[in-house]
Amino acid sequence: MPQTVLLIGTRKGLFVLESDGDRRDWKARGPLCEGWPIYHAVHDPASGAIYAAAASEWHGAGVWRSTDLGETWELSSEGLAYPENGQKVSKISGLTAAHGRLLAGVEAPGIFESRDSGATWSLLSTLEGQPGSERWNDPANQPPGHLGVPAILPHPDESEHFWAIVQGVGIFETTDNAASWTPRNRGLRTDWPLENPEVGYCVHKLVMSPSDQQRLYQQNHVGMHKSVDGGQSWTEISDGLPSEFGFAAAAHPHDRDTFYVIPLDPGHGRVMPDGQAAVWRTSDAGDTWQKLVSGLPQHDAHLGVLREGLAIDTLDVPGLYFGTSTGQVFASADEGENWSEIASYLPAISSVEVAVIA
Amino acid sequence: MADVHVPATLVPLFQGLPRRVKVDAATVAEAIDRLDERWPGLRDRLCEPGPVLRRHINVYVDRERAALDTQLDTRSRVDVIAAISGG
Repeated sequence: MPQTVLLIGTRKGLFVLESDGDRRDWKARGPLCEGWPIYHAVHDPASGAIYAAAASEWHGAGVWRSTDLGETWELSSEGLAYPENGQKVSKISGLTAAHGRLLAGVEAPGIFESRDSGATWSLLSTLEGQPGSERWNDPANQPPGHLGVPAILPHPDESEHFWAIVQGVGIFETTDNAASWTPRNRGLRTDWPLENPEVGYCVHKLVMSPSDQQRLYQQNHVGMHKSVDGGQSWTEISDGLPSEFGFAAAAHPHDRDTFYVIPLDPGHGRVMPDGQAAVWRTSDAGDTWQKLVSGLPQHDAHLGVLREGLAIDTLDVPGLYFGTSTGQVFASADEGENWSEIASYLPAISSVEVAVIA
Repeated sequence: MADVHVPATLVPLFQGLPRRVKVDAATVAEAIDRLDERWPGLRDRLCEPGPVLRRHINVYVDRERAALDTQLDTRSRVDVIAAISGG
């Protein structure tokens, strides 16, 4: 029976929720990482290690690592600093474990890598020279809570091929390990004027279908979008959703046309519309959408879910999990048809990731 | 030897780090260097590259607000304080 492990990053440390392959009964451990705010935590299936991106108001940003599923931890920030050019690593926003290394997206915008399991880090790229880069380090252009490079999506087979999101600027692709970059935002739209049509897009979440490497989906500040050509171009698929705005997204592991989002009100609140909790699913690549609510609260449930707040596992009948900015975790063991609340009183949740361990 | 008092939030990060440490140092920066030699990585928890003290880390020498270049004598008391913030 496989073990199912959820990594819940919160404002007050990391929590680990564990179950078996049935995913009915859950046990929680935490707070881990000494209660440091955790923006994102990942499990590296190759090594079995857990990595948690943290930023303490007092003691700065670093990455915690555990090789025993969270029993013991070490923190390192060695090398996680820019050369003395005035830029500062204030936050580690997103972690990616792939092809024998770790990548960290940080604020101010940049990407660091570690090839020794998070013990030491080195600067890989600041995407210098890319359109938009001349302005993105200006604090005046950094909105509150700016994340810099909030996420890096690795190609599953090509180690030097990955995509990076720069917050408020868009997606950039590299196929040569960050030696060169290409903006990949064609077909996206904005509600604001653009000086350069190549950049200026607010991409919240980018995912690839595990069953089709050409099929990418993104939740954008303005709309859901899909790509059938590996991100070369984008088509909006928002029709049928209650809001074009949201943060989180997840792609079905076995069906390239099935994809999940959590629409939110786009104003200041940024919570699920009408006080009704819902996850929305398409099974035809965005032609139609279904509202999934069974087991989710339908009255006075003003729940927010951030960009790393929704995860899907890889079991034959995949399970879905989302964590809210008010500390609840909801889980479905049947592809989103039925949900239950598996944690109720955690601190504000930044991220949810799931690992299935044989 | 200066008598350095470190904040409680540092103790769980470094094996064997006590709340009070005696160090032989002529300045606050040197005192932090001595701590970093014994507990590698400790400087990064108190200082940003430069180095400069982190925004919410305050240092007092003999109860007066200090900086990295503040001089120490052999009987100095150094208090490293994590600012009161958060909730």
